Amino acid sequence: MATQFADPEAPTKNSPEAVVVRFAGDSGDGMQLTGGQFTLSSALAGNDFATFPDFPAEIRAPQGTLFGVSAFQINFGSTSIDTAGDAPDVLVAMNPAALKTNVGALKPGGLIIADTGEFTKRNLDKAKYEVSPIEDGSLSKWQVLAFDISALTVEAVKPFGLGNKDALRCKNMWTLGLALWMFDRDRAPLIEWLNNKFKKNPTLAEANIAALNAGHAYGETAELGGQLHKQHIGAVESEPGLYRTITGAEAVALGLVAGANLAHLPMFFGGYPITPASSILHYLVGLKEFGVTTFQAEDEIAAIAAAIGASYAGHLGVTSSSGPGIALKGEAMGLAVMTELPLVIINSQRGGPSTGLPTKTEQSDLYQAVYGRNGDTPIPVIAARSPGDAFDCAIEACRIATQYMTPVILLSDGYIANAAEPWLVPDPADYAEFPATFLADRNGPDGTLLPYARDAKGARPWIKPGTPGLMHRIGGIEKNPGTGNIDYSPEAHHAMTDARHAKVNGIANSIPPQEVTLGESKGKLAVVGWGSTYGPILQAVRKARAKGLDVHHIHIRHIWPMPENLGDLLRSYEHILVPEMNMGQLKTVLRDQFLVDAKPLNKVSGQPFTIAEIEAAIEGALA
Amino acid sequence: MNDMTPIRHETTLKDWETDQEVRWCPGCGDYAILKAVQRTLPEIGADPAKTVFVSGIGCSSRFPYYVESYGFHTIHGRAPAVATGIKLANPELDIWLVTGDGDGMSIGGNHTMHLLRRNLNCQVLLFNNEIYGLTKGQYSPTSRQGTTSPTTPLGSVDRPASPCAFALGAGARFIARGFDVSKELGGVLKAAYAHRGAAFVEIFQNCIVYNKDVFNDFAMPKGAEERQLWLQIGEPMLFAKGTQGIALDVEALTLKVVDVVDGDWQAAGVIVHDVTNRSIAHMLVEMPFGPFPMALGVIYDDPRPTYEDAVLGQDAKMREGKSTDLKRLLAKGQTWTVDPNEGHPA
Repeated sequence: MATQFADPEAPTKNSPEAVVVRFAGDSGDGMQLTGGQFTLSSALAGNDFATFPDFPAEIRAPQGTLFGVSAFQINFGSTSIDTAGDAPDVLVAMNPAALKTNVGALKPGGLIIADTGEFTKRNLDKAKYEVSPIEDGSLSKWQVLAFDISALTVEAVKPFGLGNKDALRCKNMWTLGLALWMFDRDRAPLIEWLNNKFKKNPTLAEANIAALNAGHAYGETAELGGQLHKQHIGAVESEPGLYRTITGAEAVALGLVAGANLAHLPMFFGGYPITPASSILHYLVGLKEFGVTTFQAEDEIAAIAAAIGASYAGHLGVTSSSGPGIALKGEAMGLAVMTELPLVIINSQRGGPSTGLPTKTEQSDLYQAVYGRNGDTPIPVIAARSPGDAFDCAIEACRIATQYMTPVILLSDGYIANAAEPWLVPDPADYAEFPATFLADRNGPDGTLLPYARDAKGARPWIKPGTPGLMHRIGGIEKNPGTGNIDYSPEAHHAMTDARHAKVNGIANSIPPQEVTLGESKGKLAVVGWGSTYGPILQAVRKARAKGLDVHHIHIRHIWPMPENLGDLLRSYEHILVPEMNMGQLKTVLRDQFLVDAKPLNKVSGQPFTIAEIEAAIEGALA
Repeated sequence: MNDMTPIRHETTLKDWETDQEVRWCPGCGDYAILKAVQRTLPEIGADPAKTVFVSGIGCSSRFPYYVESYGFHTIHGRAPAVATGIKLANPELDIWLVTGDGDGMSIGGNHTMHLLRRNLNCQVLLFNNEIYGLTKGQYSPTSRQGTTSPTTPLGSVDRPASPCAFALGAGARFIARGFDVSKELGGVLKAAYAHRGAAFVEIFQNCIVYNKDVFNDFAMPKGAEERQLWLQIGEPMLFAKGTQGIALDVEALTLKVVDVVDGDWQAAGVIVHDVTNRSIAHMLVEMPFGPFPMALGVIYDDPRPTYEDAVLGQDAKMREGKSTDLKRLLAKGQTWTVDPNEGHPA
């Protein structure tokens, strides 16, 4: 991953295996769009990649301010890429604030591309620079390529007669054009995209294309002091097949559609707007033809309550939120446990507690998922490790919910929801179906109805209202183990509590044994993770193993119940290290469940782990 | 109600009784309401298999256990939201929502408002006893000012909410009132069922343990004629055996009580009950008891399209002509192919 930019004599053919580029600018500068389009271009070039969009909670923060900076990082390469990269090789800074908040992350010797047109006194003041950093030598450990992108853009779009404000809005395309030149990319798909995006305003399409071409031409022709080289990052060796880019939010939505399809059920999705979970609802609204009904409820509680109502009526009820909203849904989750109705609850985690860090990632809702309800209220919990993995996890959640008549929590997070990665498009036919069945006739002795009779898995029958002869009553109050009628006798409560626990624990029989993600099934150190720490843990373990260290990676999908072999597997290592973006929640569960000496590695900065951080902890654990 | 099933189902009152022991306090007004409902269901030709009673938490919310139909006893205040999910999933089901003044006006007030403004096709029966019964007698959002209770030993200071005024303000298209032991309750329930859309019925209910006889001022049989105004569609608003009526004070834009001499209500200016007049409905639900009689019966009934029709109609439109090929869906967007021989994009 070494950068080549520092060496002006480096020939193009010695291009690096992987490069990390960060685009940073004002939240109104279109950096997420630029990053997204550069990602597509990387995909089409056959690179493997991972992205990290990092944007403020404010929609349009005051221009030029430090807190209004929006950034998009992409790590792309001709080798396997699992993280968005520890440190950028290239930083594109559209203003002083973007430079100030991002330059610290840049690799020594890395390249800064800065738009001097924005380095005005006013903007320098807003970024709290007394002197322009471009001029005072404070950037000397990096390569600096500073020129007036603003003026060059305005010049390029002059023929289209745009106002100054609209002309400057084409800056991001100019920058993208330069980036495309740097990495030897085809402009044609971008031009096609722009034509499509501005279909209704061809002048804007032409202006943006002109800016894109001008940026590209600038790279081609300008004398850039030998700092900038065109380089070609080759395609990664990957499994043959059809690929697309996918974000976690898209993958969850598609997985739910596929899961409902495999269960032969229509899906009802109740949601309430919350960052970073809303995009799942946005996406599903466009998929009505797949038997999806969406409901934007009046609040988080109504969203889950309506989903429970829909499940009761024979749909697959789904609700989705982030931590604060999940907290509000807690009581209704208990109702779903008590009435034993299928329900999928998705938590796109963000930094907490309370409102916390709305747009930043964290995995601090594991306790909430496993334990966060009144009463003894077991709910199975699954965690997705990457955007693509969220598809399979959503299907698994649908399977467990419908087969075991239980709510299921699927944990995603802000990073997975927004990040994109290449995805080998699966064939739905490769997934086993799990058709749901509804009770059609009375199931008890002498023609009686037993809504809480249990099958071999411990699941009760699903009885749709509207079915003749099967009228019955359910509710959140404790009930008789067979008839479901109100019964809060000591025996009934004990029997039903046991039955609910046995059912959820029994799910462990239907999940695959825990595999070792990288390494062997015994050794000195196991690094155990869950969720979106997958990429940095995998890379850190890979690097440590390359150095000859006895370290192994285990990544847990089924948080509750856990795979049956997990305890024995963990006990076959001398040390266990659990990196988490929280204060040690999985660590506590592992200690509790298996009495193992799991050690935490915690990070709660709203940013994903870097590979280096985990590598250092591995070395520390083995020292 | 549901007009998609033209078939009238033949049942008797007995068919709507469950084998469950009714657990309300002896003498509770809920018994009378239960009977009125069980008597009404056969009369409207309801099908037990397609009928769902949904409730929240509170004394009234035990109701579903005693009706031989489908029933869902949910959680405090959330019955409207659960009902919305049920109805959107299966619009052929007839939904009766049973709630109380605490459940529907306090903890679940938000959901009640949204169900009404959306106009989900169902019947909302709000049992108003002006007290929290199941939690042992605390004052409720509808308790009158000065109500002494375990939490208000010196009398409550907050002004009570008026469920019907709330419902009308939320956009309800059907508002009716009755009380537990009134013989007219069945007729009110039938009218609610006949209304396509959210039908809001406030039922004054006597909590004989914690708020005994609080409605006696108008509900007592003795003197009822003077204190109850039973509204009849297309009929003049008369009470006190036709000797008094309700007229419009045009100057003040309020209602007023007028005397009717020799039955000549027209000369007295008594207004005829037009159930589609929303302005008069507002005045009727706000009419203060005391100077005025209590307005009872169907106060407002002016249907408009239901929520589930609108949602499902729009969904059907969005589905028109669209492919349901999941394989194609997954492969949407900008894609690329990795060649089996090359191992990189072709």
